[in-house]
Amino acid sequence: MLRPAITALLMMTTSTAAAGDSIIVQSTTSTANSGLYAHLLPMFEAETGITVNVVAVGTGQAIRNARNCDGDVLLVHAKSAEEDFVADGRGVERFDLMYNDFIFVGPPEDPAKIKGNSPTDALAKVEAAKALFASRGDDSGTHKKERALWREAKIDPSDASGTWYRETGSGMGATLNVATGMGAYTMTDRATWISFGNKRDFEIIVEGDETLFNQYGVILVNPETCPSVKAAPAQAFIDWLLSPAGQAAIAAYSRQGQQLFFPNAVKQDQNG
Amino acid sequence: MHEFTEAFRLAFALVLAGDADLIEIVGLSLRVSLTAIAVACFIGLPLGAWLAIARFKGRGAVLVVVNALMGLPPVVVGLLVYLSLSRAGPLGSFGLLYTPTAMIIAQTILIAPIIAALSRQVIEDLHAEYDEQFRSMGLSRREAIAALLWDGRTALITVALAGFGRAIAEVGAVIIVGGNIDHLTRVMTTAIALETSKGDLPLALALGLILLVIALTVNALAMSLRRKSHSFAHG
Repeated sequence: MLRPAITALLMMTTSTAAAGDSIIVQSTTSTANSGLYAHLLPMFEAETGITVNVVAVGTGQAIRNARNCDGDVLLVHAKSAEEDFVADGRGVERFDLMYNDFIFVGPPEDPAKIKGNSPTDALAKVEAAKALFASRGDDSGTHKKERALWREAKIDPSDASGTWYRETGSGMGATLNVATGMGAYTMTDRATWISFGNKRDFEIIVEGDETLFNQYGVILVNPETCPSVKAAPAQAFIDWLLSPAGQAAIAAYSRQGQQLFFPNAVKQDQNG
Repeated sequence: MHEFTEAFRLAFALVLAGDADLIEIVGLSLRVSLTAIAVACFIGLPLGAWLAIARFKGRGAVLVVVNALMGLPPVVVGLLVYLSLSRAGPLGSFGLLYTPTAMIIAQTILIAPIIAALSRQVIEDLHAEYDEQFRSMGLSRREAIAALLWDGRTALITVALAGFGRAIAEVGAVIIVGGNIDHLTRVMTTAIALETSKGDLPLALALGLILLVIALTVNALAMSLRRKSHSFAHG
């Protein structure tokens, strides 16, 4: 019964989101550096003729840029910050898009002997051993998660900043370069790690704990607060990402035989 | 260090294959930085010449400021231009953020002080030499500036090259205002930063080598131009 309404709705979006449009996505770095966009965007662009321009920065900066209306879509991984963004009226609605997980990587000697530990036990041992730990220190989604794990372990590493706790203030890739360069542990999302080219002899040391879950979300920047937002093509992109076709495309992306992102958009309610 | 040999191999392979993406980012790098240097010369040369011969109260302070601006950190310029061009900023309605135009604006701000400060020095030295002569010819200030700029042109080419070198090599400003968007605002330096962050160090270094060769070519062209203008002046 609803089909005519949906078709009408679809026709509306296709008629307003025209080929030749271009949108800006403010994005976290992991989705860009892992090559996910290079895999997804040609499919979407071939289907719709809409050009998607990706600005890949840390989640914190992506949200700040979107607050300044410098983007049409926000695609990041820090759920509470995303929810604040929507609650403040800067975004229309937040959708779960996909997930993967965070891991700790480190030198194979594992100086603090944390292999196989839970994340919080591992951090406690790192602190006790004063083993080198490279932190993003840049208010990114990964950094927020790392700080939350330290809090859970009831440790404030800030006091040790500059000694064994090294805040790079840089992106994930730059931080991994620092970590492999100085033999420090660091926390990274799995997608960036798998596609990272300068691993040296580093290994995954801690993984598989449910606290290391990494959820990505996608939000349309609110056209009411930001009149410059190209709502129709931006919404078309979000709809495609959340559609069965977009979700299948995300699931199909792999590097070195490993799937990097696991789609988990909630099936869109046909009434909504 | 197999990274070095791998970088050389990759650089040659990319150039020989005429890699389309590479040509695109090299083209944009040149377009942005050459436009920036042209605009910066248009502003900086007359300003430098004027500062060289004008005498006014507070001139010393102005010279100190212009000289100090040569040390502008690119990332600060990037931030200032971002805040101005952002949709939330004063010039947001032009929609220039994340375009090559924004990158040209940022690099122009970065190098115009270099052109002004260095050309001021060149012109001031020349002016000391010609001052009497200009006086006896009864030249106006505007005519004197034009004559000095023309006479100092060989030295001023070096000034322009210093500015170009700064522009083509900087990453801090263009990555903020351009956003390093593939096929839109990606230039050599932001591509190098990206490949470094992906941990693909040989490719990053290969791009660096290619950038070096481009800078060499531009300098060689400018040098031959210099020689021509020199022989023109004396021939």
